[in-house]
Amino acid sequence: MSETRKISLTVNGTHYEETVPVRVTLADFIRHQLGLTGTHLGCEHGVCGACTILLDGHSARSCLMLAVQADGHDILTVEGIAPDADTLHPLQEAFRDNHGLQCGFCTPGILTTLIEFLRDNPDPTEEEVRIGISGNLCRCTGYQNIVIATLDAAKRLKDSPVPAPRGSQRTPA
Amino acid sequence: MKPPPFSYHDPRTVADAVGLLGSLENAKLLAGGQSLMPMLNMRYVLPDHVIDLNRIDGLSYIRANNGALDIGAMTRQRDIEFSDLVRERCPIMHEAICQVGHRQTRNRGTLGGSLCHLDPAAELVSLAAAHDAKVTVAGKNGTRSIDFSAFPVAYMTPALEPDEILTGASFPCWPAGHGYAFIEFSRRHGDFAIVSAAVLIEEDASGKVRRASVTLGGMGPAPVRASEVERALAGEVIEEKRMREICESLRKLDAIEDIHAPASYRQQLATVLPRRALLKAHERIAERARR
Repeated sequence: MSETRKISLTVNGTHYEETVPVRVTLADFIRHQLGLTGTHLGCEHGVCGACTILLDGHSARSCLMLAVQADGHDILTVEGIAPDADTLHPLQEAFRDNHGLQCGFCTPGILTTLIEFLRDNPDPTEEEVRIGISGNLCRCTGYQNIVIATLDAAKRLKDSPVPAPRGSQRTPA
Repeated sequence: MKPPPFSYHDPRTVADAVGLLGSLENAKLLAGGQSLMPMLNMRYVLPDHVIDLNRIDGLSYIRANNGALDIGAMTRQRDIEFSDLVRERCPIMHEAICQVGHRQTRNRGTLGGSLCHLDPAAELVSLAAAHDAKVTVAGKNGTRSIDFSAFPVAYMTPALEPDEILTGASFPCWPAGHGYAFIEFSRRHGDFAIVSAAVLIEEDASGKVRRASVTLGGMGPAPVRASEVERALAGEVIEEKRMREICESLRKLDAIEDIHAPASYRQQLATVLPRRALLKAHERIAERARR
């Protein structure tokens, strides 16, 4: 029998009270227990970045955290980026318009990484973007269009700012 | 991939954590989790108990303490990266930490976790050696201080007793205006260094080296202080040709051989990277003098 714990946390603005086995990773909890399968699992050992979420506004690999560690914290996943079901976030629009994805497997991790990146650095250089996404692997695009999309997103956000996604701002731990 | 079954403990104080560590068999401490979690996911480690340090108050701080910077064991690498105090007092630490993993891992990874995991190529481990840091550990009989030079006892093995926890490290600062550089060679940005060089120098008014610290990471089980080179640098003016001569002796250092590079490749890097770091450190002093 696996040891379990009760946890309460906020994901994309929704409050959850859940019981989890203590050995379950945050990534598996988000996917299997909350049913939010937008967070992808590639390598499951902290290399590929596909499972990146924001924890209290800071990007983190959800495969490298236990779900119990998220007790009391605020989480943003890719599902929480768009303002509503019919509207894309400017970052997502920029990815669509610039072919910033092909198969889309790495995209959730790249988008969450970039939400934090562009919040902290709204006017990045190409070099800074490349370093910013260096923790995310993409096997389709060769990164070129991801970089172009990110620079485009920075411009769009500057021209017409949108409210920050719920859970994307830094909150005290 | 799933971690193996274990019991989970999240103590609120260092004393409670030490108590758990002393009473539980086969327990593992969880700090930032950026090394332990992959090892759990891949079942390289099979602990019966995981003691999570993340809910202990008071282990996350960056403080100036006389001539040193004191940093708590659970201070996130991100907090070190963005600390004005670190940039001002210990600028090499900022330069090194920007080369530690990626934003996502620095947001979780801690100073103490890195020092205790003791990867031979880890930037923070090299930095602690370069700065003659002292680490503080807490056990059931109270706390004690260990010189970092005596902290690595074997490959990835720190000088900790089974019931001891690292609580912080103290980095003696170099005087304002010192030169510094942290340079590493790796195949991709964010990877562990194949070899890294950390250099700190102090020069006198005529531009001669008064004191130098030269550290190589990635060569062996623990960072190596190039003490012969440090001594040879005293009284020298840093310029390309002379540095090439002095650093050539580093080719004699023992080096490990692994999938990333043969020993001879690391030895070649050991002659090149410290030279580049010395020139960069010197250039930084010169640049400040020009302003």
